[in-house]
Amino acid sequence: MATETQVVEKLRATFRSGITVPEQFRRTQLNNLMAMVNENEEQILKALHQDLAKPKFEAILSELVILTNELHYAISNLRSWMQPEYVSKSLATRFDDCFVQREPLGVVLIIAPWNYPLQLLLLPLVGAIAAGNCAVIKPSEISLATENLMAELIPRYLSQDCYAVVRGGPEETKALLENRFDHIFYTGSQSVARSILQAASVHLTPVTLELGGKCPGFIYGHVNIVAAARRLVWAKFFNAGQSCVAPDYLLCTRATQDTLVPALRQALEDFYGTNPQTCPDLSRIVSPRHWTRLMNLLGRSKGKVVVGGESNEEDKYIAPTVLVDVTEDDALMEEEIFGPILPIITVESLEKGIEFINCREKPLALYVFSDESSVINMVLEKTSSGGFVSNDGIIHMSLPGLPFGGVGGSGWGSYHGRWGFETFSHRKACMLRGWALERLNGLRYPPYRDDKLGWLRWTASPKSSCALM
Amino acid sequence: MERQAVNRAKEAFLSGRTRPLEFRLQQLHALQRMITEKETEICTSLKQDINRYDTPLLELIGIENEISLAIEKLTQWAAPRQVDRNILTVSDEVYVQPEPLGVVLIIGAWNYPWAVTLQPLVGAIAAGNAAVVKPSELSEYSSLLLRALLPRYLDKDLYPVVTGGVSETQELLRLRFDHIFYTGSSTVGKVVMEAAARHLTPVTLELGGKSPCYIDKNCDIRIACRRITWGKFVNCGQTCIAPDYILCEPCIQGRVVECIRQTLLEFYGADPKCSPDYGRIINQRHFSRIMSLMEGYTPVIGGQTDASQRYIAPTVLKDVPPHSRLMQEEIFGPLLPIVAVSDMDDAIRFVNEREKPLALYIFCSDKKATKKMIEETTSGGVTVNDVMMHYTLSSLPFGGVGQSGMGCYHGKHTFDQLSHQRACLIRSLGMESVNLSRYPPQDLFYFLSLSNIQLFRDIFTT
Repeated sequence: MATETQVVEKLRATFRSGITVPEQFRRTQLNNLMAMVNENEEQILKALHQDLAKPKFEAILSELVILTNELHYAISNLRSWMQPEYVSKSLATRFDDCFVQREPLGVVLIIAPWNYPLQLLLLPLVGAIAAGNCAVIKPSEISLATENLMAELIPRYLSQDCYAVVRGGPEETKALLENRFDHIFYTGSQSVARSILQAASVHLTPVTLELGGKCPGFIYGHVNIVAAARRLVWAKFFNAGQSCVAPDYLLCTRATQDTLVPALRQALEDFYGTNPQTCPDLSRIVSPRHWTRLMNLLGRSKGKVVVGGESNEEDKYIAPTVLVDVTEDDALMEEEIFGPILPIITVESLEKGIEFINCREKPLALYVFSDESSVINMVLEKTSSGGFVSNDGIIHMSLPGLPFGGVGGSGWGSYHGRWGFETFSHRKACMLRGWALERLNGLRYPPYRDDKLGWLRWTASPKSSCALM
Repeated sequence: MERQAVNRAKEAFLSGRTRPLEFRLQQLHALQRMITEKETEICTSLKQDINRYDTPLLELIGIENEISLAIEKLTQWAAPRQVDRNILTVSDEVYVQPEPLGVVLIIGAWNYPWAVTLQPLVGAIAAGNAAVVKPSELSEYSSLLLRALLPRYLDKDLYPVVTGGVSETQELLRLRFDHIFYTGSSTVGKVVMEAAARHLTPVTLELGGKSPCYIDKNCDIRIACRRITWGKFVNCGQTCIAPDYILCEPCIQGRVVECIRQTLLEFYGADPKCSPDYGRIINQRHFSRIMSLMEGYTPVIGGQTDASQRYIAPTVLKDVPPHSRLMQEEIFGPLLPIVAVSDMDDAIRFVNEREKPLALYIFCSDKKATKKMIEETTSGGVTVNDVMMHYTLSSLPFGGVGQSGMGCYHGKHTFDQLSHQRACLIRSLGMESVNLSRYPPQDLFYFLSLSNIQLFRDIFTT
């Protein structure tokens, strides 16, 4: 059983050999990863169900489809992403070849969480492979069935010299982090992110941190409450609320709340029936520890439960629950909920709502529901967040053209589509000059004279190229 | 004191006044005026700090160009950027909106004190941030002048200058920023990143290292040596992208030495100490450090020193062993070692055995061989058949990789580095029927419609 250091060293030796760099190699590995997902769909769905009671539908949509789309996108665009990018030039560099060349970084580390254990492990891997790196992949030990499956499948489909799965918990992760990597990609919590960043600073390793936080859902102004409620319920209770981009809490006026609560109740009944515990379309909480954490928050909350509230410890079940009369210092507002509990906080006005959002850490996602574009624009302009969606939730994650990532407390860096490729690449600036024009160069050499300076200013200016082109 | 300045900057940022583009343009114009009106004072401060006569060339032209470019392109840079859509979002607005991060900390270095503080500042202003500027205390005169000038031209609260040494910097690093932009050594870079870790603050680190310079035996050695000599001895070798050492085959070593000797004569005369164009070492500590690197080696050119002036002559050493002290740390001074390699492949191996440098220089007339060397090595940037010039083109991202740094800047790259690229999806509450297929209860009918949507997606996005 190889130690973490041995694993990293082996990958580094492979990377040095250069085999991951050619386009064909990357394409083959991406195709193999696609085959792995397609040929083992049943097993994957079974593992996801074991870990999270993930309904087949949710698993297909949020784990398989998103991953295969990402793979298709990377495979189709790989060649163009790998091309040198020629840039605009100044007069002094007019006859030079000036371009940006994307290069692999080397050996990268991908650490995934348990809530979307397939997608959040393999989507970054797509970017890492496409960019020509070797990768150590660390799935979460909490989603054990998926971890087992990945440890079995990945070595069967991908090159074992280039990509290694390392299993284990905090101890193994700590041992891994003592090694030097060329990039660390971490999805998870803020507290762990701090220690990862500390470990990365020792080696000056760049990082991407996909964190969480409390994503607000703000409903304001004239709004089709039925449609809004359905989209909100879908986004919130998907995966039993265990999504980094789930709307964590809602903000609205008291008047809106009065129409919203019945609409939420109706949507919940339409989706999960009158007894959600028997509905196969609702997930479970991932572990007894997390179930206890959520029940503790619910127990300490001073809000009033208006929908749901039922639970079952053995089943790790918590009913989709909505609370009103929640204040900003409530237990449910202390930390990211990450469960099927939806507090509603009332605010008096749009401005107060914006102020509420801005007093807190910048969230990973911000959702606004309104038919009034002035409301949407106001919130958009006066807040900051990783991503922003009006009149829906989560769905921005499915677009490979959009960068997916946080800002401030919700993270650093982004990925999906080309953004993933860029994250795992170094953009090398290249300037290829000729031997001629040495006299032009002469302007910059000592002995220095003021008249030379005038010419130099002109040739170095970006504007001068426009005049001549 | 630092805390107050940062808090004021934060409040000023939260007031929202940096958001309108007009405000940012106004600040950029003011910065431009400062450089133009105070050119003489800036030159004087540099002469006092580091005996630099070549100031306008190296620092001010670069800053002026950055400001002009930002002014010209700001509207474009700050505009929403369209992205691909798919069938499910075809009627939505999908774009990336660059937004300010908040308060940026810019920590400058002493070797180009104006360039490495003001160029990031240009990007910070353009991106709509507030910025706390902390120039290096080692370039004392420049640092004090900047502190005096900046508040006279720019918004006092939004862009404070904090001066001081290690303890003031440590005090600053305890506070929370939305981005830290640091230029300096790898050692301090680690300290900055570790401090940033506490607040999960993203960083841009422009560090250094040993930038190799390979001279192929079949190139125009005379021209190569002119260009290398310029790059190496400007600012007395105290440039992060100066060619640190030369790699070449033993058979051309003699010729390289002669060409450098001739070029030095042309540039600085027989006694560089008397040339007004030749700089000095920044302080006694660095002077002693560089002197000790030379210990035990006899230079083939130069070697003369004068501690009272912190003068070290342009010095070349040949047949330097790879394991010598001279080859262990970034020289950052006017010593140019030549290390022998057997051929280009040997040079590639040599470079790859070491930390990724900030810059790599290749002098070679064979395009294929050059391409090979570029592909088989990595570095922040590469200039072929010249040195340092990739720094001067603002459309190229300037930054390191590995130990030489993370992140990049210049031109639009600074703007992007100091912005948050916010993913935006604007939908309407209509067309709810399109959403039906994704909602529970989930059965075969919906599965089928879902797989159709996947098919559409495949068709429309590839």
